[in-house]
Amino acid sequence: MATTTDTAFTDAAAEGGVRRRDFIEIAAVATAGVGGLIAVLPLVSQMAPSKDVLAESTTELDITSLEAGQSIKAVFRKQPVFVRHLTPAEMQAADAVPVDDLRDPQTLAERTIVGHENILVVMGVCTHLGCVPLGAAEGENKGEFGGYFCPCHGSHYDTAARIRKGPAPKNLEVPAYEFTSDTTLVIG
Amino acid sequence: MSFPWAKQYEPTNPVMKFLDEKLPLPRLVFNAVGAGYPVPRNLSYMWNFGVLAGFCLVLQIVTGVVLAMHYAANDAVAFNSVEHIMRDVNWGWLMRYAHANGASFFFVVIYLHLFRGFFYSSYKAPREMVWLIGVVIFLLMMATGFMGYVLPWGQMSFWGAKVITGLFGAIPVVGEPLQIWLLGGYAPDNAALNRFFSLHFLLPFVIAGCVILHIWALHIPGSSNPTGVEVKSESDTLPFHPYYTAKDGFGLGVALIIYMAFVFFMPNALGHPDNYIPANPLSTPAHIVPEWYFWPFYAILRAFTFDFILPAKLWGVLAMFSAILVWFFLPWLDKSPVRSGHYRPLFRKFFWLLVVDMLILFWLGGAAAEEPYVMFSQIATAYYFLHFLVILPIISSIERPEPLPFSITEAVLGEDDKAVLGDNAKPAA
Amino acid sequence: MIRLVGILVGLGFTFVVLLAFAFGFANWASDDTPPTAESVFHLAPKHVEFEHDGLFPSWDLAQLQRGYQVYKEVCSACHSLNQIAFRNLSELGYNEDEVKAEAANWVVPGVDPNTGEASTRPGTPTDNFPRPYANDVAARAANNNAIPPDLSLMTKARHHGPAYVYSLLTGYQEPSAELLASYPEAAPATGLHHNPYFANLNLAMAPPLTADGQVTYADGTEASIDQMAQDVAAFLTWTAEPSLVERKRAGWPVLGFLLFATILAWLAKKQVWANAKPKRKED
Repeated sequence: MATTTDTAFTDAAAEGGVRRRDFIEIAAVATAGVGGLIAVLPLVSQMAPSKDVLAESTTELDITSLEAGQSIKAVFRKQPVFVRHLTPAEMQAADAVPVDDLRDPQTLAERTIVGHENILVVMGVCTHLGCVPLGAAEGENKGEFGGYFCPCHGSHYDTAARIRKGPAPKNLEVPAYEFTSDTTLVIG
Repeated sequence: MSFPWAKQYEPTNPVMKFLDEKLPLPRLVFNAVGAGYPVPRNLSYMWNFGVLAGFCLVLQIVTGVVLAMHYAANDAVAFNSVEHIMRDVNWGWLMRYAHANGASFFFVVIYLHLFRGFFYSSYKAPREMVWLIGVVIFLLMMATGFMGYVLPWGQMSFWGAKVITGLFGAIPVVGEPLQIWLLGGYAPDNAALNRFFSLHFLLPFVIAGCVILHIWALHIPGSSNPTGVEVKSESDTLPFHPYYTAKDGFGLGVALIIYMAFVFFMPNALGHPDNYIPANPLSTPAHIVPEWYFWPFYAILRAFTFDFILPAKLWGVLAMFSAILVWFFLPWLDKSPVRSGHYRPLFRKFFWLLVVDMLILFWLGGAAAEEPYVMFSQIATAYYFLHFLVILPIISSIERPEPLPFSITEAVLGEDDKAVLGDNAKPAA
Repeated sequence: MIRLVGILVGLGFTFVVLLAFAFGFANWASDDTPPTAESVFHLAPKHVEFEHDGLFPSWDLAQLQRGYQVYKEVCSACHSLNQIAFRNLSELGYNEDEVKAEAANWVVPGVDPNTGEASTRPGTPTDNFPRPYANDVAARAANNNAIPPDLSLMTKARHHGPAYVYSLLTGYQEPSAELLASYPEAAPATGLHHNPYFANLNLAMAPPLTADGQVTYADGTEASIDQMAQDVAAFLTWTAEPSLVERKRAGWPVLGFLLFATILAWLAKKQVWANAKPKRKED
């Protein structure tokens, strides 16, 4: 269309009075362009999460009945989240690992909240390609390091849900969460 | 394409040059709606509606694709998914109101485009094919509009679907099986809703294809004009761009102001409140009315209340479809050599009578099916058929047209240098 | 040939439709059925004004909150509000904690986490308002065979919706002597109640607002029947279209922009066409 607009201006130029004519025509075309861009905004915005989806973007959990050594699977933003009540032995095992040897160096303390170091909250989404690791439910394979094991490509996570063996590049992600009381956990 | 003096596309930009050599798309646009298409210089604002209709089609496809991202075509959730769009989807209310009122806007534009065609006899040679494709587009639009209105699955959606598919039941012998086949059931249900959604999504693209044919066919003889005198020389034409792009741009602005006033301030004015009640197969609304753009034809349908050889219902269905099918035959029904209504005194009077008749049919199609409205619609229906099938053929033989200008240039300037040179200074055929 | 066939077809349709007209006219002329009671005694909705009316609307949040209270304490016993979730109440000016607390006041259907049996639990903000009846059969059984309609879209599902709701709620009255004299059969049957604002004059719903002070408003507004009816009509306008105010407010900049663009387009068109003098042919 660039060439076709040119002809308008050359016609105009031939008649003289170039400037004012150019100005009004450019202004009109530019205004139409701005209008078109504004019209695109809602078309783009409508694809973002809708209000009902956003309203479900936090998850509240009651962990009163979660005993040491047990885990629960919950759903956070339509994805699994694992909450594990670590036993003292599991915490010791996690702390005993030299941090510098890890692929993604993090201590257990960095992955939990002060005062609740025995509650480990991680997304149940393998950092390799997004499968759901095993180990949160009773009797599932917890992998070589007693944490989680992803059956898709064999990633092993330890008791702090850190990657120890296999293709995953990162530790299982810890979502943002807080304790609103000693036994109530709000994720997101 | 059409006239020897049409400007040739000569790209200066190397990118456009490259593109033009490999795939002459810029050239196509240049010749179709650019400086390469010479257009009569005397087009009035009544010639804006073609471009406007194209705009409406794009608008409906864009907003429709967006709505389809959120809508669920299932009878259990369709109604709620529309409310989900209205309440929770970002700008969803704007998308839906723009689409619903966009359909009305499209039909307003199309009716004006159509009546422009009636007045200036745009159907006459050499533009018969443009006209025939146009009527096909109108039929496709009606099908699309009807199926779109079913999708929200409110009371009017359901009962509209039931009544309109019930029309097919009037056909002798095959009617009832045909109706059941169309619906995929004995009444509108999930099967019908799903196929209507599928077709409602498909047909606009078929329309878009027909629009391309419509424009293609138009470019062979070139656009008609208010005098109805064909283009004779370069002085009769102007390049489409920038003259008619500028004029259409202004017309689009005016139309958008009216349209947006509806979308933002009275988006439900053209809809029916009953469609905010979820579909209920066990309870019929007091008055079943289709969308306003079907009203003239709905009035014709209901005007036939007397069994004469055939059942009244079948007469109604035949008449309703014939009311549009007669447009296909206009090029051969109206044999007057003069195109423009401006030079046809008798035709002009009947044309305005048709306009009034059509407005009356609009009113009656939306009115309740009770007396005296039915009697009015019977009179109006009689005139409708008389106009196209009897009056037009007769006046085209007996009418004495007023003198035509020699050329478009003469019509615009009052003189044409070539007029004195020409040896055919008589009304153009 | 086409014209001849056309004329015949045209005359054919005209003949049949005029035949129908002739019979219709004869019937109509000899028809002495009196007008129906509805056509004579049905009233158009009363005039009532709200802050969300007109071209420059706003929500009267205090009124919407009062209307919500009327819905909760009166209407919700029989009428559902399917399209509304508790989280939507934040639009009425309640903060997050108030919405949570309000949601918890309602009992919504749930599943017992241990047995899987259907049970109930307190509502959360993401829940929709619960239905008063488990299904349509229960709704019919409890209401003299009339299903109380869902109210979320009521003001959009009736002509002049908000005024209609207000008029209906305040319109209950004894049928006039004039009505009973000319249409004795229009007297309300058992279980029906006369109301001239209802389409067929008699409806199954008993007057819901019966006494001033039926609801005790938290903001101290006097709860007259008229006030309660207005408040709940305003609330139902909001439930029917929460984006109403946002929509009209968004309309002004859009129209302003389009007007500006159209004026520019007009000037540009004039400039372009100033150039359109016909060029004379030399030959």
